[in-house]
Amino acid sequence: MSEEEMKSTPLYEQHVLAGAKMVPFAGWSMPVQYADGIIAEHNHTRRHVAIFDICHMGEFTVKGEGAAAALDHILARPVCDQKIGVCRYNFLLDPDGKVMDDLIVYRMGEDDFFIVVNAGTRYGDAEQISSNLPDGIEFTDVSDNTAKIDLQGPESADVLAEAGLDIAALPKYFYWTKTVIHSIPCLLSRTGYTGELGFELYFDAGRAVEMWQYLLTLKNVKPAGLGARDTLRLEMGYALYGHELNLATTPIEAGYADMLKLDENPDRNFIGKNALAGDAPTKKLVGIVLDGRRAAREGAIVFAMDGSSVIGKVTSGAFAPSLGMAVAMAYVNMDAGIDIGSKVILEAGRAQIPGTVCELPFNKNGSARKKL
Amino acid sequence: MKYYSEDHEWVEIHGEEATIGISEYAAKQLGDITYVELPSEDDDFIVGDTLGVVESVKAASDIYSPVSGTVVMINDALEDEPNLINESPEDKGWLCKLTNIDTSELDDMMNVDAYDKYLKELS
Repeated sequence: MSEEEMKSTPLYEQHVLAGAKMVPFAGWSMPVQYADGIIAEHNHTRRHVAIFDICHMGEFTVKGEGAAAALDHILARPVCDQKIGVCRYNFLLDPDGKVMDDLIVYRMGEDDFFIVVNAGTRYGDAEQISSNLPDGIEFTDVSDNTAKIDLQGPESADVLAEAGLDIAALPKYFYWTKTVIHSIPCLLSRTGYTGELGFELYFDAGRAVEMWQYLLTLKNVKPAGLGARDTLRLEMGYALYGHELNLATTPIEAGYADMLKLDENPDRNFIGKNALAGDAPTKKLVGIVLDGRRAAREGAIVFAMDGSSVIGKVTSGAFAPSLGMAVAMAYVNMDAGIDIGSKVILEAGRAQIPGTVCELPFNKNGSARKKL
Repeated sequence: MKYYSEDHEWVEIHGEEATIGISEYAAKQLGDITYVELPSEDDDFIVGDTLGVVESVKAASDIYSPVSGTVVMINDALEDEPNLINESPEDKGWLCKLTNIDTSELDDMMNVDAYDKYLKELS
């Protein structure tokens, strides 16, 4: 895709003025980092607070009588038992049980939903969801009119307090509320992709610049780019669509069996369920801590400790700034006998790096669930 | 005298020795450097050989030896502080020193003025 065909968010000019390095991402021109650099932005988010332009992501509304039951059939995790006011992480599966997207469903009312999807999967998701809705339920892709800014970091609640919000009234982890910030009506959820205390703000795209500039006037708020977003989420072991999740992977292989609760709801039916219930997983997602700072990147081969047999492939890997060492997520074959503590060898360029399979998250000190 | 390659390595000659590093431009393009693979002392290199690897958060880049020679010293400080390359790419962030160099190879490299001009053409 040439640069001319690339989409830009309403905040493009702000990024360029701030000295951001713009890179293509899922068809969008996005800031990978600002002048301070990825590690400084990463550390600032872990220690203080940062804002991220996430306007590229997609948002849908699904409304009308029967919407809850319809989405319950379209998505892998239940929707019917989701309370109004709650956000729930969910999966859109194809009939083979493979992941078309991972998304978050906000229950706004009895039959009123707001769904946040990845940028690269937006149009496919829209087609899959709308084509499976019965007549009379209204599906709208509101992405183009919706700005999304993520406010993330242990000081993010203090920032909202400085903006005039009552800390006691802020939503709990994975809840949402409607509020007004800097005279701009917002949907505010306590969600995020960094592992830190944080919020996601959705509001009129026409006011994105105004909101961005205002947030930057508040104490300790700095912009952070997609580079830091990636190292922050990797340290938390969060899946990134296109890497850990894709059309060759089921959510069970990705480690979400407990979330799906297939055994608890044997009668519930949803698209992809039969395949999930029938096919035994052939691979599993693991976290690997490498010996040292050198990273094994996406696509790197995972070898058994004897170095001879290929047992898997890295899906994401980088130096983890908060840990001071390199980490990776990888799929390994179920029959390779890999478990927590197993030693493996990862390919990194011409080098072979030893690593140890560990529990996720890599970073266990996140403030995301901190009580306010 | 200091010379630059089209791949953004620099060479500085002091008597019989050549100190090698990557340019400020290269360091800036790479971003935060998180790991450096250096050669070992006594390793022999021919111009264009892969001398080492510099990794940033986002990517790994090979460093090519801009001249032929034998490694006599490596910058050990980079092992614990790879970001010295970001902070001081053309001084404290040097990579290694070579001896047994062939100074005629420097004829194919750029001086500071030519390199500056080369960078302007790149941007």
